[in-house]
Amino acid sequence: MHVRVYVTPKHGILDPQGVAVERSLPALGFDGVSGVRVGKFIELQIDLADGTPADQARSEIDEMCRKLLANPIIEDYTFTVDQA
Amino acid sequence: MSASGGHTARIGVVVFPGINTDHDTARAISTFADAEPVWLWHKDTDLRGVEAIVIPGGFSYGDYLRCGAIARFSPIMGAIADFAAAGGLIMGICNGFQILTEAHLLPGALIRNIGLKFVCRYVDLRVENAGTPFTQTAEPGDVLRVVVKHNEGNYRVDPETLAAMRANGQVVLRYCEPDGTERDDCSPNGALDGIAGVCNADFNVFGLMPHPENSVEPGLAGGTDGRVFFQSILNEVRDMAAAR
Repeated sequence: MHVRVYVTPKHGILDPQGVAVERSLPALGFDGVSGVRVGKFIELQIDLADGTPADQARSEIDEMCRKLLANPIIEDYTFTVDQA
Repeated sequence: MSASGGHTARIGVVVFPGINTDHDTARAISTFADAEPVWLWHKDTDLRGVEAIVIPGGFSYGDYLRCGAIARFSPIMGAIADFAAAGGLIMGICNGFQILTEAHLLPGALIRNIGLKFVCRYVDLRVENAGTPFTQTAEPGDVLRVVVKHNEGNYRVDPETLAAMRANGQVVLRYCEPDGTERDDCSPNGALDGIAGVCNADFNVFGLMPHPENSVEPGLAGGTDGRVFFQSILNEVRDMAAAR
């Protein structure tokens, strides 16, 4: 299965990169932009044994996110799963 | 036994791939007559009888993913967590601090500097708590001048944890002006509350962004203010050995 993980700075946590990007956009004529957050996109492929239940796979991915891919103290994460 | 006939403290220096102040740290330890550095490799699972541990700065695993995120899962980290749980003294400097937060041995996390620039300069640090094993040879309010050199030194922690840390005295070092006063811009990195160094709730694990190991030798440009941290650790180790 193909997994896409999105990691973003937690709301309420300062995002210096997001702030810098947000301030740059008006200089290029893009007005009215707010809430810019700069995060990470992580793609991965998992080969599961046939018959592994989908919810078990999802809980394993969730554990990967919590333990390594994101730092829950400063980051939020979401992921999508494609059966490919 | 040291030349003075006393106890020679064995201080572990942990080396991860990409760490670059390991030799500075070992040399700093060697400047104390009653201490010797002991190399610990990231693949070790035995701590070779060390009595305290310093995790030096650098770029472990290239700072990939997040600073310290990969090092946290090195084989040695299990032994280090056990050492911490047993009350052993651990000081993490810069990347070492980041590794200790990733390992949840210290509260909070370190994010990109507010200016998005690597900062490399002297800073002044006020000792907020001189009662810890890492600062006990300082006086409360002492101002120490050492260098910072980092890109991710912006300390962040949730408000509830910060309140508890303040109440407990876990905020050990804060950036300040040379005379010890505070201004909004004396932090080089935007750290919350100007925090430069913190302890865990048990006060046996300490992390700081500045580099005391570069300020230990008289006659060199860095001054000697960094000796406070090493001397404090050595005093604590000596007391712990005497109590055994």
